[in-house]
Amino acid sequence: MADTAISVPAVPEPQSVAAAPPFERPDFQIVPRRGLVLVAVAAVALIVAIAANKLWPLTFLHVAGGAAWTIIDLFLGLVLGPIIGRMSIPARVEFTTRLMPKMVLIMPTVVTITLAAGWQLGIKTGNVLSIAPNHSWVVASYIVVGVMAVLALGLLEPANIAVLFELKKPRPNPQVIERLMKRFIYCAGILGVMQIATLVIMTKMASG
Amino acid sequence: MSERRLPPVTQLGMLSLALIVVGGIYLAAHLPEHVPLGPAIALLAASALVLAVNMFLLSRVRDFAWDQFFQVGGWSLLAYLVIAGIIEYTFLRNHLRGGTLVILTLSLVVFAVHVPMLVGFTVARYADSSEGRVAT
Repeated sequence: MADTAISVPAVPEPQSVAAAPPFERPDFQIVPRRGLVLVAVAAVALIVAIAANKLWPLTFLHVAGGAAWTIIDLFLGLVLGPIIGRMSIPARVEFTTRLMPKMVLIMPTVVTITLAAGWQLGIKTGNVLSIAPNHSWVVASYIVVGVMAVLALGLLEPANIAVLFELKKPRPNPQVIERLMKRFIYCAGILGVMQIATLVIMTKMASG
Repeated sequence: MSERRLPPVTQLGMLSLALIVVGGIYLAAHLPEHVPLGPAIALLAASALVLAVNMFLLSRVRDFAWDQFFQVGGWSLLAYLVIAGIIEYTFLRNHLRGGTLVILTLSLVVFAVHVPMLVGFTVARYADSSEGRVAT
């Protein structure tokens, strides 16, 4: 991959993006084309599972998708986020250009699979019906997921894509990158904490 | 970094999404009972109104990177229409009918329009930032 040199004016703030010396930024695709094939395969698998309405495929997609969603949010928000914040500017930019395009595809796919398969599974098992014994926990999960969805769709996803567009420019603005990355990392941190609530609810429901 | 005043598109977008999420939770929490649709209709109408206000406020912004807004928003719209379509298919697969189906479908329309609008806006507001002007 070709590298693009970026000149950033030096400002005496060691941890700020504005302080970055000139650095190399790897070339990247905002939406990785090859990844779209995997997304299409996952979408087809989801539609087939819903159409077939069999217990195992729905459980597999809901559990696998939910586990991926929870782990990614927890790891990104509570482990990677603080690490990224302490990285040198060139390392942070290189990491961002390699991570964020993948997140553009992974997160909407994982969330859609988890929610759609989970809803169909809940209909099949009766868990989403108001007469189900664990119904209050199901409603609690709706509320947690709803709050997470508003944060992810309103703040996280736009910041994710905007930072990639900024990094694609011949002369990216370090202050814009810093602002958008802060928004992304703080938001991911909040979602990570909320995923703990999801884990509590789901394990409570699974254990009866 | 110079700053520029823009309408609160992100805040209004999140409010609109929150309203349809509350409406969706209200309906989903009462399945399979018949539930009064009034609250869900009110929440959907409020969400659609916020979407309309948001579009109006944004349309009045001058010197905005509209090309980038429509480019990014258009591709995002395609992606979110696919997502909304899969969710709609789940509703139809489970024989959802009547007023509930209409409300949830219209909620998906608001969702599929508003999220791409937020993505396009966030990208477009920083479109010319490397040339010195940066939005707030």
